Amino acid sequence: MIWLTFIMALVSGPVWAGEAQPLGDDPAVEARLKHLAVELRCLVCQNQTLADSNAPLAEDLRREVREMIVKDMTDKEIVDFLVERYGDFVLYRPPLKATTTLLWVGPFVLLAVGGTVLVITLRRRSQKVVDVPVTDEEHRRVEQLLTEGGKHS
Amino acid sequence: MIPEIGHFALILALCVAVVQGSLPIYGAAVGNSALMAIAKPAARAQFLLVLIAFCSLGYAFAEKDFSVLYVAATSNSQLPLHYRLAAIWGAHEGSLLLWTFILTWWMFAVTLFSKHLPETMRSRILGVMGLVSVGFLLFMLTVSNPFERLIPAAVEGRDLNPLLQDPGMVVHPPMLYMGYVGFSVAFAFAIAALLGGNLDAAWARWSRPWTTVAWCFLTVGIAMGSGWAYYELGWGGWWFWDPVENASFMPWLAGTALVHSLAVTDKRGGFKVWTVLLAIMAFSLSLLGTFLVRSGVLTSVHAFATDPKRGTFILAFLAIVIGGSLALYAWRAPRVGLGGSFAMVSREGMLLANNVLLVAAMGSVLLGTLYPLFLDALDLGKISVGPPYFDSVFAPLMAPAIFLMGIGPLAQWKKAEVPDLLKRLKWAFGVSLVTALVLPFVMGKWTPLLSLGLLLALWVVTTAVVGLRERLSHSNGTGLSDRMAAVPRSYWGMLVAHCGIAVFIVGVTMVKGFETESDVRMNVGETATIGGYTFRFDGTEDVVGPNYTAARGTFHVSRDGRETTVLYPEKRRYTAQNQVMTEAAIDPGLLRDLYVSLGEPLDGGAWSVRLYHKPFVDWIWGGCFIMALGGVLAISDRRYRLAWRKEKEPKVAPVARPARCEVA
Amino acid sequence: MNRFLLPLSIFVVVVGFLGIGLTLNPREIPSPLIGKAAPEFSQPQLYEPEKTFSPADLKGKVWLLNFWASWCSGCKTEHPVLMELAKSGQVPIYGMDYKDQRDEAVGWLQRWGNPYPVVGVDEAGRVGINYGVYGVPETYVIDKQGMIRYKQIGPLDPDTVAKKILPLVQQLESQ
Repeated sequence: MIWLTFIMALVSGPVWAGEAQPLGDDPAVEARLKHLAVELRCLVCQNQTLADSNAPLAEDLRREVREMIVKDMTDKEIVDFLVERYGDFVLYRPPLKATTTLLWVGPFVLLAVGGTVLVITLRRRSQKVVDVPVTDEEHRRVEQLLTEGGKHS
Repeated sequence: MIPEIGHFALILALCVAVVQGSLPIYGAAVGNSALMAIAKPAARAQFLLVLIAFCSLGYAFAEKDFSVLYVAATSNSQLPLHYRLAAIWGAHEGSLLLWTFILTWWMFAVTLFSKHLPETMRSRILGVMGLVSVGFLLFMLTVSNPFERLIPAAVEGRDLNPLLQDPGMVVHPPMLYMGYVGFSVAFAFAIAALLGGNLDAAWARWSRPWTTVAWCFLTVGIAMGSGWAYYELGWGGWWFWDPVENASFMPWLAGTALVHSLAVTDKRGGFKVWTVLLAIMAFSLSLLGTFLVRSGVLTSVHAFATDPKRGTFILAFLAIVIGGSLALYAWRAPRVGLGGSFAMVSREGMLLANNVLLVAAMGSVLLGTLYPLFLDALDLGKISVGPPYFDSVFAPLMAPAIFLMGIGPLAQWKKAEVPDLLKRLKWAFGVSLVTALVLPFVMGKWTPLLSLGLLLALWVVTTAVVGLRERLSHSNGTGLSDRMAAVPRSYWGMLVAHCGIAVFIVGVTMVKGFETESDVRMNVGETATIGGYTFRFDGTEDVVGPNYTAARGTFHVSRDGRETTVLYPEKRRYTAQNQVMTEAAIDPGLLRDLYVSLGEPLDGGAWSVRLYHKPFVDWIWGGCFIMALGGVLAISDRRYRLAWRKEKEPKVAPVARPARCEVA
Repeated sequence: MNRFLLPLSIFVVVVGFLGIGLTLNPREIPSPLIGKAAPEFSQPQLYEPEKTFSPADLKGKVWLLNFWASWCSGCKTEHPVLMELAKSGQVPIYGMDYKDQRDEAVGWLQRWGNPYPVVGVDEAGRVGINYGVYGVPETYVIDKQGMIRYKQIGPLDPDTVAKKILPLVQQLESQ
């Protein structure tokens, strides 16, 4: 009896606590779900990813994606499934198509154009602007002014 | 009664603004001193009137006057006083009043610190700011009146959105607006210079401190917004490239380019035309941001309530102000002379390359933000442009800019010697490269992006050290402290601001590289381990707040057996609108944040819980604050302190300058 | 002179787009299924659960598929319009009870009237996902070959019915 009490005393306190179970059943599946869901847009709470949204439709879609992962569908197949039903809107990474070429290429074109304009303008200026050489007399005067100016402050 | 006083004050302010926006500018054009002299008292009168309006609205909130529609919509009798006051800018109408109020603050500041400016310049600057004010006051008085009455008065208010009932709300919008609106001063300087036809280097020198101060505020404002989203929204994110976030980031990018471009124009008189255009762009982006957030044209978690009438008004205002300025630019800019010339490889050249990169980055953010709208308008389908796009595009554009940040300050003005630069920089490059390659292995994981991020950050710091050492060795003084004192504050400012960026980059790189997250189901007494820390869930208890009830969880956190902290995340239900909100619990630290967020209650007293371990995440906002500190140091430079002191001395009667012939 | 007009020109173009943007709704998601075959399903019926409801049953007819639920306030708004339309007999409206409780749905129809010859039950929401439903109510116009021809997002109103739905139905009937 006394041993029983002793053992109870040992295990009753938070000495040995259980390890929390992950919410999903299979960590590999959950990891893939997360990887996909962070790039998908929730259709209801349209400013959250599918991973973060708590909307009922988001939960349903996560369930669908999980089932597709378990069925061993590839990332592309899963994404295509969603795009077939909801359009490109559901993708946070805009697909590269004819209509989005300007989007993907634009920034680099902008940079190239900016760089080219900079180089050309600089070259043209150096031809246009003529430096007036400073004479020794002027140089001395400048020195004088600088030191005198220093005294007034 | 008080709301009516506020309303009337706004009407009077509009009348004053109309006068301020017209007569002084006309007076400057024809050389009429009396008309020009109207600008200063008009600006000060406007400040006073809008102050009265602002305080009237504050009074209505403090006194829980639910007969004012805006108060009824955004407040509640159980809302604590500080949030009732912060609710002034909690929704559309009130935030417009805050915008206008801050604009009058800047106007007032200009009247105080502009004695050294020629009268034509000052009257034009205040005139332009007056015109901007006309737009906002008119907007408020026509379609967005914060003083509109609700008859019969509501018995109870609808309450401030729970997400906004937070200290971040009290500080973030005012800081942000101080920045946005502050760019109106640089804008006004640019317009005044274009109107006057004289864009000499003096214009840039006067404009610099104003621009830098506005930039500091904007930096802090954006950082606060990001930090607030991090701890308030509950999923550990700190930047989502949401349209409203982009709306504040674009002026920041343009503003940063402007700060650097002004340096070139000030010191070397070069590229005046480009600097003027940048000044117009920075403020235009602020206005564009105002439009995007309030018109309903883009979806955003942040968007204010939308109404097509409001959208149309702002768009018309935008078209007039920005269209007008760009038209003025197209007309006047060709006459501006060129400044001194310089070689492509020189400090000027690098500052301009930095400008090109920043503007390209800004352009790409704008492109990504507006692209869904473009396609939809052309009936080419609906797409979404989110973080994957922006992250892919922004980083490659910024990396070269960061790289230049290391070289620029060491390059000479006018012409830099490449072999000389290479020699001075090779130590810095070597150390950065080796450390960046090796460090990730030491920390446990290596990816190319990790090394790139570390390389950029280390590069900035090592080149800063090289530059400082060179500077110190060339300055006067015997001891180290003497030499350090001889280095001007503006140099320290630049150094500190650049190092702030390095700190920021370290934060981003480390968080993205090493953060871990765990979604678990926790029964009472169970533990979960993440990042080396063990979290033990000790159940929840019911708690009552001033205007909410909550389930508060208790989590004991320990590491290696020793207790680190106890965290109390909450799941709140705000009674007014029956809205549920998650209040995450965070243990901030210099090297990591621990973040716990309650999910949903499960059976048996268990909860779904999300745990995060985020290394170095506070370096992100720390870096931003250091950047702003750099800006503050730069403004406290001796030449500005001297100028300010001179302002307070009694002045000799100014020589009346004959007005230039602008009517040509 | 030309290059100084560039910023202004770019701005004018952007303002043009923003102006058009004011007339658009950025939250609305158009359906990619228009012009494609209506996705197959075989759902139990609301009133006779042993029987199934499937679009294959309706080949050769022009019909409307209306996703609704008893918990949806927009559905209550559009209900009188559906009742009118059903009474006029111009086009049959079939219902799909989306993510709802059976008894609540039956009770709701009893209270407000039943415009549907048949109501399918989509308790898990899978049919909805296949149709790209992201909110209720949503209504699809399906032609004789079983192709989706139009999707109405949100409640139907008499104006849309008169100007868009009925003319389209007539056109599809004559094919």
